[in-house]
Amino acid sequence: MHALTGNEAAAYAMKQIDPDVVPAYPITPQTELMQTFAQYVADGTVQTEMILVESEHSAMSAAVGAAAAGARVMTATSANGLALMWEIVYIAASSRLPIVMPVVNRALSGPINIHADHSDSMGCRDSGWIQLYGENCQEVYDNIIQASRIAEHKDVLLPVMSTHDGFIISHTVERVDGLEDEAVKKFVGEYKPLYPLLDVSRPVTYGPLDLQDYYFEHKKQQAEAMKKAKRVILEVGEEYGKISGRSYGLFDEYFTEDADYIVLALGSTAGTAKAAVDEMRARGEKVGVLKLRVFRPFPAPELVQALSNAKAVAVLDRSEGFNGIGGPVFQDVRAALYRKTDVPASGYVYGLGGRDITPEMIAGVFGDLKDNRLYEDEAFHLGVRE
Amino acid sequence: MSEKAPGWRDIPIGGVIVHPGNSFEYNTGDWRAQRPVLDKEKCIDCLQCWIFCPDGSVLVEDEKMAGYDYGHCKGCGICAHVCPVNAIEMIPEDNISSVSIDEFGIKEPPPEI
Repeated sequence: MHALTGNEAAAYAMKQIDPDVVPAYPITPQTELMQTFAQYVADGTVQTEMILVESEHSAMSAAVGAAAAGARVMTATSANGLALMWEIVYIAASSRLPIVMPVVNRALSGPINIHADHSDSMGCRDSGWIQLYGENCQEVYDNIIQASRIAEHKDVLLPVMSTHDGFIISHTVERVDGLEDEAVKKFVGEYKPLYPLLDVSRPVTYGPLDLQDYYFEHKKQQAEAMKKAKRVILEVGEEYGKISGRSYGLFDEYFTEDADYIVLALGSTAGTAKAAVDEMRARGEKVGVLKLRVFRPFPAPELVQALSNAKAVAVLDRSEGFNGIGGPVFQDVRAALYRKTDVPASGYVYGLGGRDITPEMIAGVFGDLKDNRLYEDEAFHLGVRE
Repeated sequence: MSEKAPGWRDIPIGGVIVHPGNSFEYNTGDWRAQRPVLDKEKCIDCLQCWIFCPDGSVLVEDEKMAGYDYGHCKGCGICAHVCPVNAIEMIPEDNISSVSIDEFGIKEPPPEI
């Protein structure tokens, strides 16, 4: 058992995975994560080759190169760092390189802001990366260890982004139950790359020109791998439960079974929502929380099933879509429900740039649902000053 | 696009090329609008054309200019431009459509590794 910040929990998971290569560039609030990991490297606790590069674009480029060479590769970033990686983020996914990257969620500039929202990772929701959202320090640790297995599964071979909210989780100390080093080593196993560049007996070319005659087939392969990832995520989550006592699924349901009203949230806000639900349940109100853990691939049919007995569901987005409709989670949930159920989805955008969200505000959201005050066509901005 | 091309289940993932040298199978010669034609009478076998050709489409035998790999020559005209004795003329393909690529011979593909 450890007392760790979210960043330390991520670095500790990385230490136990002991990746071959970690190219990294610092950015708040990820800095502490890589600083902690760099200490492991300096102390010789890990065998990792750490590459200190001159930008995030270079960090992801080095990650792609090392992964193509056949290495198990990890890096981490936040916000504008992720934005600077952008071009290569897509190349990592389309080259089918199972890189694992903790993303410490932070608002994208501008105006410049260092605090938590999901505008960074939500921006690359369609980049072909699997996305796991962690609620607390324990989940940060657990998700990263599972991410390695998910990414490298032969039916998947896609990079995984494991996110946690900047400062709220990244710089908060919590109790984290860690596994033994040997248990993690056994769980992640030896990485056997499919097409390692360093295998000179089987020469391959990565990243060639791919025109009208084959590009589409490669995109279809990526789309199918993302679909298959759902099954693999469930298998890995169950197997992880056997060694840790903590199983993981696509989402986590908190008092949803008999709930009339459900709040759907990602990341640390799910914990805040659970606190609100505890208080309201004590008063006999039938409310629940659905915490979406896996945003990519998007578990549409599973969500429909989980939400179908509710009278209404509120979807909380910690990023703005700038589309006049609402945030990305709201859009996907609403699309999933369309013609599958009559349960209305109501959209909220909250917490931008680290603006606090409180249990009272979430109780207010439940109040909106109860009073049939729904924001179906355009998300409500929760917590903004008029 | 060929009807015979393999489907998405039958090709390596990620666009990875597992058969090195297979760009030889891609006949870039059909991009060509103008064709370099050599006047062997004028040619002094200096091989400037061979040095400058960006696609390795100038054929050399016994250290002498031996014509073109028209299967891959894109018709850029660099060889004609650098030729010191103006022995290479660029002729619009429309004017010589009756000339078969086969007449000029194509290099052997690289050996399988």
